[in-house]
Amino acid sequence: MAVSSKKTARAVVEIDRVIGKGEQYGAIDDVINDPVLAGPLKTPRWWWVGFAIAMTFLGVYLTSIIYLITKGTGVWGNNVPVAWGFPIINFVWWIGIGHAGTLISAILLLFRQPWRTSINRFAEAMTIFAVVCAGLYPILHLGRPWVFYWLAPYPNTLGLFPQFRSPLDWDLFAISTYGSVSVLFWYIGLIPDLASLRDRAASSFQRLLYGTLCLGWNGSAKAWQRYQRAYLLLAALSFPLVLSVHSTIALDFAVSQVPGWNNTVMPPYFVAGAVFAGFAMVIILAVPLRKAFGLEHLITLRHLDNCGKLMLGTGMVVLYGYTVELFMAWYSGVEFERYMAFNRVFGNDHWWAFWLLIACNGLAIQPLWLRSVRQSPFWLFVISIIVSIGMWLERFVIVAITLTKDFLPSSWADYKATFWDWSLYLGSLGLFATLFFLFIRLLPSISGTEVKELVHHDAHHGSDYLEDIRADFFQEGKTGEAGA
Amino acid sequence: MSEASTLRADLAGSELFGLAAEFNTPEEILAAANRARETGYKKIEAYTPYAVEGLDEALGHQPTRLGWVVLFMGTLGALGGFFMQWFSNVQYYPLNIGGKPLNSWPNFIVITFECAVLVSAFTAGLFMLARNGLPKPYHSIFNTPNFEHASRDKFFLCIETADQNFDLERTKQFLEDQMPNQVSEVEL
Repeated sequence: MAVSSKKTARAVVEIDRVIGKGEQYGAIDDVINDPVLAGPLKTPRWWWVGFAIAMTFLGVYLTSIIYLITKGTGVWGNNVPVAWGFPIINFVWWIGIGHAGTLISAILLLFRQPWRTSINRFAEAMTIFAVVCAGLYPILHLGRPWVFYWLAPYPNTLGLFPQFRSPLDWDLFAISTYGSVSVLFWYIGLIPDLASLRDRAASSFQRLLYGTLCLGWNGSAKAWQRYQRAYLLLAALSFPLVLSVHSTIALDFAVSQVPGWNNTVMPPYFVAGAVFAGFAMVIILAVPLRKAFGLEHLITLRHLDNCGKLMLGTGMVVLYGYTVELFMAWYSGVEFERYMAFNRVFGNDHWWAFWLLIACNGLAIQPLWLRSVRQSPFWLFVISIIVSIGMWLERFVIVAITLTKDFLPSSWADYKATFWDWSLYLGSLGLFATLFFLFIRLLPSISGTEVKELVHHDAHHGSDYLEDIRADFFQEGKTGEAGA
Repeated sequence: MSEASTLRADLAGSELFGLAAEFNTPEEILAAANRARETGYKKIEAYTPYAVEGLDEALGHQPTRLGWVVLFMGTLGALGGFFMQWFSNVQYYPLNIGGKPLNSWPNFIVITFECAVLVSAFTAGLFMLARNGLPKPYHSIFNTPNFEHASRDKFFLCIETADQNFDLERTKQFLEDQMPNQVSEVEL
């Protein structure tokens, strides 16, 4: 292609391409579908090992839930004044992780970023599983989880409606909408790939399974036309939705009068933190996944590089949020706000959490300015783990430490998580991992149809048409040849 | 085209769904679709592994009206969401919460928005499936030989017998003139 010669040479040539050079439709299909269609006995050993570990933690999760329901929420460290301990910390942590999936699948689609294509599918799956883990926390936190449906408006003999002015009920609507729309978006995206699995099925069971799931998709031009419009609309709807969900969660805090929570910076700062944590999780999942399934030419260094950039960008926004929070505490002149800020940063009991969080979310991401770090899967993986820990600490500082010392010194008390707090948290990681292992085994973790579309595009417009447009823009008089 | 299938088609011409031509590239099928439309065929459809840009126009399909349906339903969702909160707080069970007015609409914005998104998203997804006739496990086009490649790397153009210009011999000749891999009869 004449177009690609316009680009300047770079140290790593591969990053110019979103997918490997010269991919063919059939070859893409095989790479994506073969691991899914392989018989049960051909499941790789690493999958069994990983699945077994995940199931063990899932067992821990179920045990913790059974114990919790039997004994009541007293098994946790939650108490007055820290009534929102681990359950809410972990709830916010999980839902934040989910947001990167929607960002990749919806927002980057609307912004016509072709590099999203091979990572959107598993990022969306990550979103759904993270929402499952997140959504269970507030329900368990209710104390009587079996009556959680009281939150929903439905005709009942008491003639009562839920309190619609409460952010906690906003949460119910935001999260249930987010969860169900994410599942729909994911499933609609899967349909053509499920049809491709149906046509490639090795056994009659697989043909029945994927044939049923794909609903009889035949890929007619009219169907594609409606499908693409529906997909675009779903993306356009998910964009404001994802911003609203974490804003609503931030409003749970901001609408209260607790010093440190009653803060207008909360919604945007929470959204940035969510995307930050989410991209870290995308990298944590992508690095082993591309290695294990040999997908290096579909999930390229370019993808990791871009995820690293987004992580750095959102991380800096979050760091700005911390600064503004402290500044506003001082600038407000409110004694309680100032003491809260002092207690977070220098307080006797938990100062380490704040500084560890700054180290994780502020310092650890700085190497991402270097391209060599962004293109090293190992270092990206390490930094992402650190960021995940940092974002958990952030919620710990905001939720638990803020509550330990509020207005009245007589009601101050420390917060200590119990064994069951930890077991439920580790267990929820097990739930997430179990679902993810099942997903990568049973469904294609890369969208084959979208990659094929990209290959087609590649053949016509060069590897990245945005770069071509940019190149055209900066080299006047050389336009015209890109639009083949 | 084997002799047996030609014979079968001749014997039971009315039991054909149409004639399908198989192409290797999206460019070929685009050109063929354009020519089919220009020749005067109306009941034509293409089956491709991914959405080929411009194919719907080449086949003479009208643009989808899905967006308007979604806009309408989304508005309905927003109105319904607001009504639910207004009705319960102002009419059905008025409660004084912190001295706020009963119709304290800024508090209702989040749920109104979420209801609008929920209804529009499910309209977009389910309406698309319904208009495409899904779920529909059986479709005559699946009888096309090699059609399992329609989801992989081949592009099929089908002229249906329902077309008023359809004539087994002439249509077959027309399709063969487009230089496909093969032209096959698709049974109902």
